[in-house]
Amino acid sequence: MQAIYIMWFREVKRFIRSKSRIAGALGQPVLFLIALGYGLGPVFAKAGQGDYFQFIAPGIIGMSIIFTAIFNGMQVIWDRQFGFLKETMVAPVSRLSIMFGRTLGGATASGTQGILVLLIAVIAGFRPVSLFGVLLSLVVMFLIALLFSSLGIMVASQLKDMQGFQLIMNFLVMPLFFLSGALFPLNNIPPALLLVARFDPLTYGVDALRYFFIGSATFPIALDIGVLVAVTTIFLMLGSYFFSRIEV
Amino acid sequence: MGNIIEVRDLTKKFGEFVAVKGISFSVEDGGIFAFLGPNGAGKSTTIKMLTTLLRPTSGTIRINGYDPVTDSDLTRKSFGIVFQDPSLDDDLTAFENLELHGVLYRVPQDTLTKRIDEMLTLVELSDRRNDFVRDFSGGMKRRLEIARGLLHHPKIIFLDEPTLGLDPQTRNHLWSYVQKLNADEGITVFFTTHYMEEADRVAKTIAIIDHGLIIAQGNSDELKKQTGTKSLEDAFLALTGNAIRDEAGSSLDRMRMMHGRMWRGSGRRS
Repeated sequence: MQAIYIMWFREVKRFIRSKSRIAGALGQPVLFLIALGYGLGPVFAKAGQGDYFQFIAPGIIGMSIIFTAIFNGMQVIWDRQFGFLKETMVAPVSRLSIMFGRTLGGATASGTQGILVLLIAVIAGFRPVSLFGVLLSLVVMFLIALLFSSLGIMVASQLKDMQGFQLIMNFLVMPLFFLSGALFPLNNIPPALLLVARFDPLTYGVDALRYFFIGSATFPIALDIGVLVAVTTIFLMLGSYFFSRIEV
Repeated sequence: MGNIIEVRDLTKKFGEFVAVKGISFSVEDGGIFAFLGPNGAGKSTTIKMLTTLLRPTSGTIRINGYDPVTDSDLTRKSFGIVFQDPSLDDDLTAFENLELHGVLYRVPQDTLTKRIDEMLTLVELSDRRNDFVRDFSGGMKRRLEIARGLLHHPKIIFLDEPTLGLDPQTRNHLWSYVQKLNADEGITVFFTTHYMEEADRVAKTIAIIDHGLIIAQGNSDELKKQTGTKSLEDAFLALTGNAIRDEAGSSLDRMRMMHGRMWRGSGRRS
């Protein structure tokens, strides 16, 4: 327990201290929100799909979470390069608790980042339907954060240096985001694309966020939450397995 | 006094490559033991096995009576280690680095702060207590790592080339702490170095490893006598030859190599 706490605390401290990174990570979501939300809004409305800004805001919140969460998980590679990983590897605590603390810390950081984007979205005109819905959305946001933090650690455990980072960004993070339905409605899209989206856990995360934020969703909420919980559990288990096998 | 480290027929293979070939040695409780050898001789691999970071292929190890493979947590509590490369978190302060270590090693909360301050005083970093480690010099980082390694009252401290890249003043200071700790608290010291005069001055016993085998053991005088040389450096060269060694032998490099092969599909990491 103590080990989980101190590893969590380390991640949180590092997050709070990296103010420039927090600000930097807000740039992209804000740009998407304004350029796409306002820019494509009229087209979306003309097609009879309603208010695009309301539609896209939950997707952009999901985006900021997945980016920060995976990036946080990838910190393991930095720790390997700067040697700190070794310190935790010889400590007399289970690697499971080290990994769990790190994941919780990364999830706290990326969840917080998501909340910041939510606040910006609200300032920019996003109107969630109910306060209760917002509270439930926060739970979903934390679930998404947990899921992708463990994915980040899982991937980072397999990499020896930062050279693979670009690969991960372009072939894992970007597809996960763009194919998740964060930017477009899933009804009436080509079946092949829908099939891909159905295998993307972020699809269910964004869908659940839409359900609680704006009261409309593609899938039943029980399916969304079920998939999120199941995938998070699997990723946590796989993450701990890969993390425990790291050799330094 | 008994032996706090016992190693019998220790072997480590990486695929076909045998890095450590059935070595045996022991370190007396309260001793200062120098483990010397050229690059790629098997030093780091041996230290990794002693400190639970690598599993031996065969052979037995006892650290403070515990087996690093089956009693890894008890083994880990028994030693402190200063790695060859820095292993501090640069984004935390000196105090926070030690605090994190203390919590991981379950140093009781009520004595932790006192112990941290004690250790910082020992390595003369009290005035930098709340400064970020990223602003520290190489020597200061080393001192902080020694403080960290000692925080949880270990029986043994492993120092893997602790003076690498440090100026003579800092090196001198560092060995003074180590000798003081050994004398005052009876901590067993296990170290590696490429500076033979350090081993000559500090170590009570020395083992020289080359090509995965221990080729000589004893104190400095015995090694000199055995080789008919006047300095430990000459004795070392007489035993290990004059040829320059490549650094390719680290286990991480080999893992990278095998990792690459695995991705290309022509072999698997064992």
